[in-house]
Amino acid sequence: MVLEKMALVGDALSHVALPGLALGILFNFNPFLGAFAFLFASAVIIWYLGRVTKLPFETIVGSVFTLALAIGVLLIPESDLLEALFGDITKVTILETAAAVVISVMAVLLTKMIYKKLVLGMISEELAISKGINVGRINLLYLLLVSIVVAVGIKIVGTLLVGFLVIVPAAASKNVSADLSKYAVLSASFGAISSCSGILLSSYLNLPTGPMVVFSGIVVFLATVLAKIKAK
Amino acid sequence: MENIDDYVLQVSNLSVKLQNQTILENVNFRLKKGTVLAVVGPNGAGKTILFKALLNLVPYTGKITWTEKVRIGYVPQNIAVDDIPISVKDFLSFENHVDVESSLSPVRLDNKNVADKTLGVLSGGQLRRVLIAWALADKPNVLLFDEPTTGVDHDSEEPIFVMLNELKKKNRITVLLITHDVHIVREYSDYLLALNRCVTFFGESKEIMNPSVQKIIYGETVCAGTPNEDR
Repeated sequence: MVLEKMALVGDALSHVALPGLALGILFNFNPFLGAFAFLFASAVIIWYLGRVTKLPFETIVGSVFTLALAIGVLLIPESDLLEALFGDITKVTILETAAAVVISVMAVLLTKMIYKKLVLGMISEELAISKGINVGRINLLYLLLVSIVVAVGIKIVGTLLVGFLVIVPAAASKNVSADLSKYAVLSASFGAISSCSGILLSSYLNLPTGPMVVFSGIVVFLATVLAKIKAK
Repeated sequence: MENIDDYVLQVSNLSVKLQNQTILENVNFRLKKGTVLAVVGPNGAGKTILFKALLNLVPYTGKITWTEKVRIGYVPQNIAVDDIPISVKDFLSFENHVDVESSLSPVRLDNKNVADKTLGVLSGGQLRRVLIAWALADKPNVLLFDEPTTGVDHDSEEPIFVMLNELKKKNRITVLLITHDVHIVREYSDYLLALNRCVTFFGESKEIMNPSVQKIIYGETVCAGTPNEDR
């Protein structure tokens, strides 16, 4: 998302999950499925509107996500609102953890498969098409993956903060990467470091997990900024 | 007698309309194997769109016939590299199964200095060479070369054309190039195609020194029988 200059899209997408979560809670099905359905549908709508109207992504996303947030707040029972917004890792079950691991591994493998094609499409759509790559299909698959990953992340840090996990580790990695494999490995590592240290901090200090994850991530980000300044 | 197999490309009645605007109209030309065609014309004349039509990247009407077993390498005007942490090595290995060193040497780039650099930090001339190396990786027999209109000084472009000329002689590659430079047309191309939505001139490149031809190319030639208002 950071490379596509769609960082804010990633952030806003996470808010879009709220009505999905609400529907899940109201009608007693897994909120994750609701979140994922809303995420994917919005990602496709945003992507399509962007292509058709040529409006900046931020503009379209701004409209779609405030709408989703409004619907979500209306629908969701007040008692569940706080958890949906900020997440609560203490309520994650073993089964959900296992599902998250399986989903994440699959997402990583799929991303690895399309990574080069995706980046080539970002660099030059024409070059990609001239090599026989179906850029439209790759981009759609990519949005699907983002939706899945965001939906998984929501459980831990909530809709408001999951955007952080989409953007900040990747931005930090970009600060210090000169090639694609380093960029991918560091993004994943920074994400993992922020999450783990955030969780540990929150249990040690007895504070909510979401904000602690964000604080740890920001420390990592600032460290990469310093490294970049030093390298110049 | 002329043999149809001598031609690598035949274009007949090619027209391209994008968003209700006619970009190219009734373009006809054909090109012999192993020659260099320079495509010239003012900005917005449809030169890049012609390349895109030849690559089947835009919808068109008319007929584009490439010779059998054609392999086309494409060097685009620009690519968006500034924000992406991608090294020269990464880029060259995209969709190509090539050895980085052997693909950099024909374009006269030093593997040691360049391979690990990020594309965004290369000079304009170096980036052009990397793009050419990428286009040549699949061993094409046709090369489409779109010269950038801005950001590259012509002194750094000339060595690239010297290099293209050598490649053409060595590998018998047919080259189509878009250029704004009369000197490049005269020195490095065999044929000249002047576009201004339609073809305003097609003939040997040496004709570019002919004042009457220059008048056609750089004058206000309007395509015959078509109103100009929808441009």
